[in-house]
Amino acid sequence: MTADSGPGMRPDRPPLSGRISRERIGRALTTIVLPFVAMLLAVIIGSFFIYAADLIANKGAIDLGKPLTAYGALVKGSLLSFDAIVATLKQAAPLVFGGLAVALGFKAGLFNIGVQGQLLMGVLGSVAVGVALADQPVFVAAPLAFLAGTLAGAAFGFVPGFLKAVSGAHEVVTTIMLNYIALNILAAFVSGPLRVPKAPAPVTFDVGHAALPIFLGKTGHVGILIAVVAVVVVWWLLYRTTLGFEIRTAGANPDAARYAGMRPRRLIMLTMTFSGALAGMAGAGELLGVTHQTQTSFATSVGFDSIAVALLARSNPLGIIPAAILFGAMRAGAGQMQIEARTPRELVDVLQAVILLVLVVLPVIARALGGRGARAIPVEAETITKSYASESVTT
Amino acid sequence: MTSSQEIVPGAAVHAPVVHAPALEMRGITKRYPGVVANDGIDLEVRPGEIHALLGENGAGKTTLMNILYGLARPDEGEILIDGSPVRIANPTDAIARGINMVHQHFMLVPVLTVAENILLGEETMAGPIFIDRAEAKRRIVELGKQFGFEIDPDVKVGELSVGWQQRVEILKALYRNAKVLVLDEPTAVLTPQETDEIFAVLRRLAEEGHSIVFISHKLYEVLAIADRITVIRRGRVVGSRIPAETDESDLAALMVGRDVQLVVDRGESHPGDVRLQVEGLKVRDDRGSEVVRGIDFEIRAGEIFGIAGVAGNGQDELVEAIVGLRKPAAGSVRLDGRDVTNATTRQMTNLGTGYVPADRHRFGLVLSFSVADNLVLTDYYRPPYAHGIVRNDDAIEERGARAIAEYDVRTPSPDVMAGTLSGGNQQKLVVARELDGDLRLIVLDQPTRGLDVGSIEFIHRQAIKKRDAGTAVLLVSAELDEVLELSDRVAVMYRGQIVSVVDGRTADRNEVGMLMATGLRREAAVASGSIPSDAAGTPA
Amino acid sequence: MDTFLYSLPVIGLLFQVVGYLIAILPTSAPIILRAATPLGFGALCGVVCERSGVVNIGIEGTMLTAAFTGWVVAIAAVAVLGPMAPGPLGITPTLIIGLVAAILSAVGVSLLHAWLSISLRIDQIISGTIINIAAFGITGYLNNVISAASPTSAGQFEKFRPPAALMDLPFVGWLFTTILNQGPITISLLVCAIVLQILLFRSRWGLRTRAVGEHPKAAETVGIDVIRLRYRNVLIGGVFAGLGGAFLSMELSNAFQAGQTAGRGFIALAAMIVGRWTPIGGLGAALLFSLFLTIGQTIGFDPPTGQLGEIVAALPAQVFSALPYLVTIVVLAGLIGRSTPPAADGRPYEREATA
Repeated sequence: MTADSGPGMRPDRPPLSGRISRERIGRALTTIVLPFVAMLLAVIIGSFFIYAADLIANKGAIDLGKPLTAYGALVKGSLLSFDAIVATLKQAAPLVFGGLAVALGFKAGLFNIGVQGQLLMGVLGSVAVGVALADQPVFVAAPLAFLAGTLAGAAFGFVPGFLKAVSGAHEVVTTIMLNYIALNILAAFVSGPLRVPKAPAPVTFDVGHAALPIFLGKTGHVGILIAVVAVVVVWWLLYRTTLGFEIRTAGANPDAARYAGMRPRRLIMLTMTFSGALAGMAGAGELLGVTHQTQTSFATSVGFDSIAVALLARSNPLGIIPAAILFGAMRAGAGQMQIEARTPRELVDVLQAVILLVLVVLPVIARALGGRGARAIPVEAETITKSYASESVTT
Repeated sequence: MTSSQEIVPGAAVHAPVVHAPALEMRGITKRYPGVVANDGIDLEVRPGEIHALLGENGAGKTTLMNILYGLARPDEGEILIDGSPVRIANPTDAIARGINMVHQHFMLVPVLTVAENILLGEETMAGPIFIDRAEAKRRIVELGKQFGFEIDPDVKVGELSVGWQQRVEILKALYRNAKVLVLDEPTAVLTPQETDEIFAVLRRLAEEGHSIVFISHKLYEVLAIADRITVIRRGRVVGSRIPAETDESDLAALMVGRDVQLVVDRGESHPGDVRLQVEGLKVRDDRGSEVVRGIDFEIRAGEIFGIAGVAGNGQDELVEAIVGLRKPAAGSVRLDGRDVTNATTRQMTNLGTGYVPADRHRFGLVLSFSVADNLVLTDYYRPPYAHGIVRNDDAIEERGARAIAEYDVRTPSPDVMAGTLSGGNQQKLVVARELDGDLRLIVLDQPTRGLDVGSIEFIHRQAIKKRDAGTAVLLVSAELDEVLELSDRVAVMYRGQIVSVVDGRTADRNEVGMLMATGLRREAAVASGSIPSDAAGTPA
Repeated sequence: MDTFLYSLPVIGLLFQVVGYLIAILPTSAPIILRAATPLGFGALCGVVCERSGVVNIGIEGTMLTAAFTGWVVAIAAVAVLGPMAPGPLGITPTLIIGLVAAILSAVGVSLLHAWLSISLRIDQIISGTIINIAAFGITGYLNNVISAASPTSAGQFEKFRPPAALMDLPFVGWLFTTILNQGPITISLLVCAIVLQILLFRSRWGLRTRAVGEHPKAAETVGIDVIRLRYRNVLIGGVFAGLGGAFLSMELSNAFQAGQTAGRGFIALAAMIVGRWTPIGGLGAALLFSLFLTIGQTIGFDPPTGQLGEIVAALPAQVFSALPYLVTIVVLAGLIGRSTPPAADGRPYEREATA
């Protein structure tokens, strides 16, 4: 309840220098210290899970040093050799694309959980065109196949955007449904038109020359470079162009956006399409750069990981790179961890979940402690549910 | 549903016998950050009395009643019921002690029925789980009859007219055996006919011994219904009257006071050609009711046209229609002769309109953006701030620095987030954007609400500066002083229409206050006797 | 005229589809009802939460957690108490222990969601999504570890098999062969839906719940504790989600698999919307969606004939797998504009400062 106030009442207090430094501390906390705290907590809680796995596997005997072995192996497999670093970068590349996709959505006030599905469409698009162009020279085949994957993802992102703009259907549920539909579309194509005849299990042909060239070590493909370029492009789009300004305004304050003459419906469709395109690139990169062919299901956790990456990076494109490298490293080292410490690779999922939880909870607590200045700092979280229950998008 | 009884208002029907007061509030003080909402307020209400609490918006009436109802805790003072001090920690306590409140904005759930709304929180049970609907409905119908109306308990509240919703709120209180009934601006949304009907109900309630606290800013009604009147201004009691011993102008003077606010020298104005023409404008609110009911006015270049009126008489929707945020239902708006009735906000901006919105956090600023970005919110796509799709950060920065200097926005740099600025500086930021440059029309809606003295003065100076440069200025404000100080001509808006236009310099403050509160000039109210007339009253 | 002629085959096809669906209904009804169980419980959970004003996207993760926990605890009970002979409906003490654990775990997850979205006022969709991610991660990890140890199964709940005499009775017999030959969890879904419907619209709890979901401020002014009511309802919703999840690993099958919920938690949300936020409506919509979930299976053992049959045979199997999700989208997009959720749905409630 606010007091009715009018002119002549005691004024708003002017900013005190003490409060300004409190604000700075608040902001420093949330942008730099917070991820570290999140990781630390994740490591600690992860240790309990490691012990649990050990307990069950060894029927009761505890190896107290197990977490050390496990984490050690994780680091070894991801950072301690040239090949490990290449593996990390390979894992990070699709996470960069996916993280950008989710972050871009967040900036517009949209929650794109459909990265997984859009990625699969990227796989489909790139494999279809890639196989068709497998015998062409690489500088024709590879870009075209990559483009095809990107466009397929874009189309799959357009659909929920269109549905939301026109009917108000919330993108959370529609994109999740589309994820499952994408699974089926891919499977249908691989079992059908793209299938290698007489193969025992359905599988596509190899993409041949359409594969992304290797530039780093034995397996580091060009997709890694494209990912870095994508970061720059998305950053430039968001912060240096009028379109990016409109997207950010629509996400931060749709009313002000409406007053400023921006058109929210158009922006929703555009953003979801771009987002889908980025997710499509993730798929294209994985297919053309790593697997070169696909079976009916394409195993990847990039869909969910991307959400974690975007949240960790606080939706800032530049922050996506370190966040993606972190999660990429975890995925890359998981294999080594499984071999050396016998800890299941799904531990990475657990670590990720803890990091997410901490990332979301701590800022709220920090705000409660930070006082009036900190309250002005919005958490991306706030804008998203606003449109869930309301009928339609503004004009 | 029917209601009976036609009562001649203006006559206090009974003289209450003096017992211990049913309700007493002594020395109530409540402070909020930056403001003292209640400052040592004493209030005494007798059994069977209708006691009016009169004051302007922001005087502190609602705060006082929220304290009574347990929605707020006083910093000092005590509350006594039937002579004994009590502690009221929450609405449940208040209700248990027989205090019930009918809020200004109805606390009714539209999709639930009358019975369900009345039962909520005080459910009549058949066993531990299920509600005894039959019994509840029976009681409700009977209560209604007792006070003069027939009510259908199964109708959804959302389908009822506002007058009937009001009755449901009152029934809610009676169902809980209210001894003291507090009504916060009960007639704010009623037609005169509905007002008569509710007054009849209230008189019946008083006769039965219930005490009623009637909060209002409407002088005429207060004189018609109350047994005693307590006037509050700026958190303090400034007077107590019996209707027989006072009249509208006495009350208006008490309510509005003779404090002289900031005086900004407004100098002479030299109005030129007609700049803005509004004809027959009708606008609907979000719920579809027509809240602007046919408005005509003109504003000339180089003049400040002020619209005074209590908030909620259609001003917000009028302003939104003019600037392009809302499509009018009928009528026309012309700027420089050009029809802009259905123009978009961007078109209006490009035609030279500046708009300072009443709610700067909604339409004025993006709090998470920097000061500089906020400044180019309406111009971001044009050179020099952008060439094609690419933004020109240098030009944006430069604009930011210039605005900060020119408009005295207290912030270390243009990169600071707008949300960290104080209210006054945020408003200056909006002004810096909207009032910059050569403008044809500026619209100021409650431009100084909630601001400190320095910011208010600054904004007033800006408005006058624009006027002197030849811009037409539309000022809409619930602060009478502000309107009178700045405007060359003053219109009063009441229930969606303009009831009078007077000269800003020679206007009688009390006269205008009366118009704001009742829609009637004094002569007209006196001349028409004690019967409330049609909303438009006697036009000036 | 041309349009009419061209549309004739389509109309003919539609007739064939409808005819087929009607024909298979008697035999496939039990299958449909069975498959609708997690959807229905998910919808009930959604109804209870959203009627109070809390959006719960995390139903999927909650059900998954329950499915996993129920299975794990039942297996652990078997490891400790030894395998037991199943009684009627396949009930064993170990299964019951597992079921209780499943429900408790779901309530625990719901408590987390309630804390995040009601007390911390974090965006409710983010809160729900995090629960989903966490549930997938943690159950996947632990499942990997536990499955590797090849535990002894705890069995599963079985369908009710009425005595032959009962089946011959005219109406009652039909009831038993079509609706009641289900496992205990499915039957409890029917009971829960009916009970919840009555409570929501006739009881004090129901009235207060609906008020809080529509206009929490009004409820607060008559003395209702909005925060406590929301917490309680989210936990109650957890019980339903727990039953839905337990069904998957303890009645539909006898083991947990990673990702066992397969999007049912989200389809349940769509069912809730189609059912207009009522328990019976949610159940009905769940049955509708379940029809599409099981249609592939039905076509497998009872394929349509004639022109429809040719078309169906030519379609890749994945079309049928994708059907429920496709239908969900179509329904959502078509309905959402016209259906109104509780007015305060999704908006965190800030209590008036009373100090």
